[in-house]
Amino acid sequence: MFAYYLRLGLASLRRTPMITVLTIAAIALGIGVCTTTLTVYHLMSSNPIEHRNEVLYAVTMDGWDPDQPWHSDRPHLPPPELTYRDAQALLESDISDRRVAMRKTTVAVEPAEARTDVAPFLIEVRLTTGDFFAMFDTPFEYGSGWDAAADAEANRVVVLSEETNEKAFGGIDSVGRTIRLDGRDYEVVGVLKDWNPTPKFYDLNNGPFDESEEIYMPFALGETQEMQPAGNVNCWKNEQIDSFRQFLDSECIWIQFWVELGSPAKVERFQAFLDAYVGEQKKLGRFPRPLNNRLDRVSDWLDINEVVQDDNRVLVGLSFMFLAVCLLNMIGLLLAKFLGAAPIVSLRRALGASRSAIVKQHLVEVGLIGVAGGIAGLVIAGFGLAALERLYSQYEHLTRLDVAMLGVGLVIAVATGMLAGLYPIWRVSRVQPAVYLKTQ
Amino acid sequence: MLKMQHVGKIYRTQLVETHALRDFSLEVAEGEFVAVTGPSGSGKTTFLNIAGLLESFDSGSYWLDGEDVSRLNDDARSRVRNRKIGFIFQSFNLIPDLDVFDNVDVPLRYRGFGAAERRGRIERALEVVGLASRMKHLPAQLSGGQQQRVAIARALAGDPRILLADEPTGNLDSLMARQVLDLLEEINDRGATIVMVTHDAELARRAHRNVHVLDGRVSDLAEVPAVQSVERVRA
Repeated sequence: MFAYYLRLGLASLRRTPMITVLTIAAIALGIGVCTTTLTVYHLMSSNPIEHRNEVLYAVTMDGWDPDQPWHSDRPHLPPPELTYRDAQALLESDISDRRVAMRKTTVAVEPAEARTDVAPFLIEVRLTTGDFFAMFDTPFEYGSGWDAAADAEANRVVVLSEETNEKAFGGIDSVGRTIRLDGRDYEVVGVLKDWNPTPKFYDLNNGPFDESEEIYMPFALGETQEMQPAGNVNCWKNEQIDSFRQFLDSECIWIQFWVELGSPAKVERFQAFLDAYVGEQKKLGRFPRPLNNRLDRVSDWLDINEVVQDDNRVLVGLSFMFLAVCLLNMIGLLLAKFLGAAPIVSLRRALGASRSAIVKQHLVEVGLIGVAGGIAGLVIAGFGLAALERLYSQYEHLTRLDVAMLGVGLVIAVATGMLAGLYPIWRVSRVQPAVYLKTQ
Repeated sequence: MLKMQHVGKIYRTQLVETHALRDFSLEVAEGEFVAVTGPSGSGKTTFLNIAGLLESFDSGSYWLDGEDVSRLNDDARSRVRNRKIGFIFQSFNLIPDLDVFDNVDVPLRYRGFGAAERRGRIERALEVVGLASRMKHLPAQLSGGQQQRVAIARALAGDPRILLADEPTGNLDSLMARQVLDLLEEINDRGATIVMVTHDAELARRAHRNVHVLDGRVSDLAEVPAVQSVERVRA
């Protein structure tokens, strides 16, 4: 009977084209707006490394100002970054399976000699230890990351993003080739595939929705070549800083630190290590605030840093209210449509259609309207996201309509259609068989 | 085949109560062709609606094809309508955007027949009414008489136990009315039970028996044999 109801539904939609168009438009507008805001919300609130959530931990320690906490409204949280010397000290520990200290800087790229058509360009660099690639499961197009020796010896090696490899080498396998950065030659050891985790969980303090860096190089190079920081640097202590060395030794926080801990026992041990380390530092007059060292999983890290702000939630709420207004309009339109066809329903009832058969027939019809409205709504959402992308080009990766959102949009559309149809269907299913037969 | 005893039906509004049927009793035997006549407002259509299980009634009992159908629920009434009753309406009541084939198909769909069974029944029914060549026509492409014949085919396709016709020639000119009535007689000759409501005395005379309804009751003088008896027709 489903195929029969489908035929009847299509015939009914054709019978009243204007109401059909208006109903589909109402659902499409609601779904378009909802899907647009939901897509942004979905990408903002997702955990891009869910599969490693149980083993990756952001490390924070509260060495901030004794007179005021880092977060005035959430005083229990330590600052999100570490000082350089604390990061160096934590790198010495071998309790964790893997560990990474990192920060941002910028360099000028001089393209290969063969590429005379490309002018030198400035790019953002992530100075990081070699475990970064394995910990964060970065996909490689060519080559790989660097080893511990390269970190220890501050070798001039780099991993390029796909885009940088395209710009500098035209997209070829550039492993083993040399790239010139800020006047020095670096050996390319790897090229990443397109990798842009959203939110950028490993460095939320420098923009949770910024794009990933274009070049990765050993963390130690930042010190040996005195590479200036490019991200946020926060200092609370009045210190004399006249040299890069003094800056590295200061109480300023600017280093992100992550560890991979494969078991609860390791988590416990590392936590004890952190507490012991800070205890020692307190004896030296550092860490004036109460002991507060944290190990946060990625999902908790995203939560406590409030990656998804209340504004986004309000926007999603408003878009659903708009969908509710569209739904109310649909109820009116469907009521008019279904009751307009009541004589035919009356006839079908007289010829033997049960009430449930009438309900099923009309449910299929509103399902069709839902699907059509959903498809049109997703097209509207596509335009909405494109408009957002044009307005906020830095958030390009937050405006992609993925398969999951396409599915969600369609499901919401069909559910909305069904919901809007409930009352009109109930009304039309109550039509008494005898009422219209004389007057049809 | 049809047995109503002391059936009463009252339509109530906030202001008035209208007794559409009072103590209405009637029996129709299998194979009979009964004409129910009476003036407007006498209760003919109410009787037909109740006989067709299109409306419920307030008192009395109703047996159809040996089954007490007085207190069936909505689903059961739909099932009985679908399996045992064929309707022919004054205004044909065809669905305008379905072609002839699909209009005849409507009751068969709810019967749950397979595609081949439905096709066979539709073709046979349209053959009987002489419209086998018009299966793909829309109702608007047919004359009034042809539309009524499609409605008759729709009523026949499910092999109902009884045909209920409400002013079946009311919207037709005299020539077409005669053709439709000829067709009904032919169907009756094949054994179908027919109850026809009409206020056209000439049409009523062609039935085996006339039942006159007045003020919601079968009139005392009503049950008069028509021109021919069932026995004669069968003979």
